[in-house]
Amino acid sequence: MAGRVGRRLGLAGALLALAVAATPAAAQDKPRYGGELIFAVPSEMPSYDGHREGTFGMVHPLAPHYNTLLRSDPNDRSGTKIVPDLAESWTASSDGRVYTLKLRRGVRFHDGSEMTSKDVKASYDKIVFPPPNVGSQRKGQYTNVEAIEAPDAATIVFRLKWPQASFLTSLASPYNWIYKADILAKDIRWYETNVMGTGPFLFVEHVKGSHWVGKKNPGYWDKGKPYLDGYRAIFMKDSASQVAAVRAERAHIQFRGFAPAERDTLVGALGKKITVQESPWDCAAWVAINQDKKPFDDKRVRRAMTLALDRYQASQALSKIAVVKEVAGVQVPGTPYATPPNELEKLAGYWRDIKKSRAEAKRLLKEAGVPEGFAFTFMNRGLPMPYEPVGIWLIDQWRQVGLNATMQTIEASQHVTELRNGNFTVSSDAQCGYSVEPDLDLAKFQSRDISHSNYGRYTDRVLDDLYQKQSRTLDPEERKRYVREFERRLLDEEAHTFITLQWHRIVPYNAKVRGWTVTPSHYLNQQLDAIWLAE
Amino acid sequence: MAIQRAATSDIPDVSARRRWLTEIGDFCRRRPLGAIGAAVVAINILVGAGAELIAPYDPLATDYGAMLAAPSAAHWLGTDAFGRDVLSRIVYGSRTAMLVGFACAFFGATIGAVIGVTSAYFGGRVDLLIQRVNDIFLAFPLIILALAVVAILGTGITNVIMAITIPMIPRAALVARSSALAIRELPYVDAARAAGFRHRRIILRHMLPNVMAPYLIMLTAYLGQAILAEASLTFLGLGVSEPTAAWGLMLRGAAVQFAEAAPWMAIFPGLAISLAVFAFNLFGDSLRDALDPRLKTQ
Amino acid sequence: MIKYIVKRLLLMVPTLLGVAVLIFFLMRVVPGDIVELRFMGDSAFASKDNLDKERARLGLDRPLWQQFVTWMTGIIRFDFGTSMWTGAPIIEEIKLRAALSFQLAVMATFIAVVLAIPLGVVAALKQDTWVDYAVRIFSIAGLATPSFWLGIVFILMLLIVFKWLPPMVYTPFWVDPWQNMLQLIWPALAVGYRYSAVATRMTRSAMLEVLREDYIRTARAKGLWQKLILSRHALKNAMLPVLTVVALEFAFLMGGLVVTEQVFNLNGLGMLFVESVARRDYTLTQALVMLVAFVFIFVNFAVDLMYAWLDPRIRFR
Repeated sequence: MAGRVGRRLGLAGALLALAVAATPAAAQDKPRYGGELIFAVPSEMPSYDGHREGTFGMVHPLAPHYNTLLRSDPNDRSGTKIVPDLAESWTASSDGRVYTLKLRRGVRFHDGSEMTSKDVKASYDKIVFPPPNVGSQRKGQYTNVEAIEAPDAATIVFRLKWPQASFLTSLASPYNWIYKADILAKDIRWYETNVMGTGPFLFVEHVKGSHWVGKKNPGYWDKGKPYLDGYRAIFMKDSASQVAAVRAERAHIQFRGFAPAERDTLVGALGKKITVQESPWDCAAWVAINQDKKPFDDKRVRRAMTLALDRYQASQALSKIAVVKEVAGVQVPGTPYATPPNELEKLAGYWRDIKKSRAEAKRLLKEAGVPEGFAFTFMNRGLPMPYEPVGIWLIDQWRQVGLNATMQTIEASQHVTELRNGNFTVSSDAQCGYSVEPDLDLAKFQSRDISHSNYGRYTDRVLDDLYQKQSRTLDPEERKRYVREFERRLLDEEAHTFITLQWHRIVPYNAKVRGWTVTPSHYLNQQLDAIWLAE
Repeated sequence: MAIQRAATSDIPDVSARRRWLTEIGDFCRRRPLGAIGAAVVAINILVGAGAELIAPYDPLATDYGAMLAAPSAAHWLGTDAFGRDVLSRIVYGSRTAMLVGFACAFFGATIGAVIGVTSAYFGGRVDLLIQRVNDIFLAFPLIILALAVVAILGTGITNVIMAITIPMIPRAALVARSSALAIRELPYVDAARAAGFRHRRIILRHMLPNVMAPYLIMLTAYLGQAILAEASLTFLGLGVSEPTAAWGLMLRGAAVQFAEAAPWMAIFPGLAISLAVFAFNLFGDSLRDALDPRLKTQ
Repeated sequence: MIKYIVKRLLLMVPTLLGVAVLIFFLMRVVPGDIVELRFMGDSAFASKDNLDKERARLGLDRPLWQQFVTWMTGIIRFDFGTSMWTGAPIIEEIKLRAALSFQLAVMATFIAVVLAIPLGVVAALKQDTWVDYAVRIFSIAGLATPSFWLGIVFILMLLIVFKWLPPMVYTPFWVDPWQNMLQLIWPALAVGYRYSAVATRMTRSAMLEVLREDYIRTARAKGLWQKLILSRHALKNAMLPVLTVVALEFAFLMGGLVVTEQVFNLNGLGMLFVESVARRDYTLTQALVMLVAFVFIFVNFAVDLMYAWLDPRIRFR
């Protein structure tokens, strides 16, 4: 880092450390009532139905209108601690196949009617067993649900066909909003164009392409909350505009996250007026390798491709210019099933000695009969951050073991189609989870007949078996072992596909905003019930 | 359509051939702005052609030890977010820009001219049909054409050239047609037809040379437009892909994020674009004035 | 005159039909699928029957010709249907954005004309002097500066120097003219500058042609201002090509300001265009293309009428 920029970045770094240090103290202040939270949203929802859609552009503006059965603890940075929301308590049978949840009483919908188990059952029936004309995006996550029962107004029971370690996390899914049964009975698609929940904020207006407004729900069941009078979500596609908005104090925050340079600009311009929270992101920059294409059917070639990458150097360099940072395995660092560093260093491509690693890569390529200067096309998703910098880095790394890749950038919408149809040799790929949970993060890497997003197009029954074992094992330690085994087979032994770096979530925001904790997923912790604005 | 008339008043018909060499000397003396433009254009072409000789570094070579370095003796215009030398990337970017500019302008103006002249020469139903098809493409939003071409064919220099050229064709055809309409009625074309020459020969030998002046004017005007269009498409992520050195690419992403901390990343490629387009326009304008016999009598 | 108008109106029909056919099939040739995009491909839980269900719901499983016929019969009844992405009526999607785009186009046009006509006239009167050169450099610089670049510079300048940012949300002019202007003046300036460059150049060359007319040349001895006065009637005719350029540029602005809208975060038709194509929202894209094509064709028609009215010979061509 040379000259002026170096100093500037250094200064920004120092301020950043200050800002981060200031956060915990600030969180202990007594909450203040009032004010309108203004946040930018980089995407906009197609419809209002959480069961149907997938974008965070729907979660951020709409989550404050609703509650879920359970939720991830709003103060837990790992996003993996499950706490009550509409369900007050729960019990699981010893075989892990029956979950019984007690519902909170006295919870009212925004229309004044009372929420009962009937509403929960209707909502979950819509998610798990949708009628023919209704789309349910994450239905596949609930294939083991046999029946949902409502024995009395305050009890809901889920009967499972087989045990699933992640079931409680599934009930805390940030999408599984509880809708009103009577409305669903009349028109099951009503929620695609209307809002009516039990959440801390009431719906005011939505101007397409422009903004979304919510105001305080005075009858909210959690007494004393929410603190805000209301909120206003502004749809802003361009990240430079979002940064400008926070900088000019026209918006308090953009929850999804900014690039490192944008953080430094904000901290440099506003100093202590900006708080920064960072977290490893439950998204990783993967590389998909089409095993239908030669010579990529040869695992020596694939191993060489991952061995060529100096992830530790990249972590330092790329984290200054892109939203990637952590060197990680298949789970977010800092969460229960993450790979410990000493185990990680044993995996191909994670060795500390890059010279040795690249020598091994060259040896493997030679052994596989891949000539020096072998050329292929790397298909990259047409989104600047972080795909473009990671792509530039990858091509540079591969060059160093004699692989000559050219980048072909494809419009983001088309990229999915090309991946699915296998019209590529090597491509960027992303795996983003809405909850940190091996079941969710690993599912796509199962064999092609099981996973529709297995872009490597391989079939590996050992891997499928390991997936199932880890998913159905209720003992956490045993489950960890299966996850590690799955990981070793996926990334090292077979090198079906590999991770470059974990994404890194950086949220610099106006220091007036209090009571919000960053988590590894930008889908979590968006109910805004605990957020307040300082003077 | 109305554009026809805009075109006729903008670009005059010229009926005599030019003696080019003496013209050039004359041009420099009478049109100093144009001469400056021409000089800058020539420099751009030379830099683009001799990029290997001029650029101090490999434009693709990353150096993670020198990321975002300010301009210095080692890197005259600084380095970008990957430690790549900005000057070298501008030099190689000039090649991309000239390639895109000339290819688009040449194919756009030429194909357009052939269509326009053919349409004017045959007249009647052929003319009517061609004009209707032309109308459809004119009315079609440019951005959609570009988006569609890129989406169907993918990004990359060749496809970007196509995306920019296709919308140029109907516009060039209109201009060429209106110039050709005037020539068509001239006695010697009639004579050629009466002498039984084949259509192709008449079009190629007699009509095309006579729309040379508007053709050249279009060519120079399109050069600048194409370079700008390439920069805009690339800015939107629809142009050439990284890590190719291209001016538009240098302006997006990190250049915007580091606009304050490392302004050289955005300023110099921005200047390169503006200067090139400026020069092409300056040259084109003066060329138009020079080729317009009516203005010349002033 | 009536006959001429009718003829011109009838000629619009095949053009619009051609545009409709072109966009309909073009969109379907472009790879990508709205259903896959919505039920995002990266998740392993996107089941195939879910996708098929949604396709059937959007009518994408029917033969192409049927889809085309349905769309065309809708258009004839001025019913553009609903957006495949949001499910809302297309009119509703377009309404607000069109208001913004229209206002921005009007403002940019105003700025352009106010700059271009005096500059162009002066440059022509003082041809080949330093005044002419200055005007030409100013206007060519306008053509040479990418407007998104200018936009970024504007925003950074406002932020860094004035620590201020234009309002982020569009307020219609009749609701709050001040807020409205605060937001739109900047993009209008950025766009208007380039636009004025086009118009200045046209004004200059049109004026030069007028000044060449014999009766003006004989008046040359009488001095510059008399020349200008003499040319006043002729100025009316000189303005015709300028009008053409201005009108066509206006038509372009109605859907072409993609990058400027992105930089200034404007909720206009340009961004809607890009987004609807990116989402493969066929119905919305088709409607937008038809709208923009119609504006273009209509503006042309209006300009032609003006010509015909001023110059009766055209009608009989």
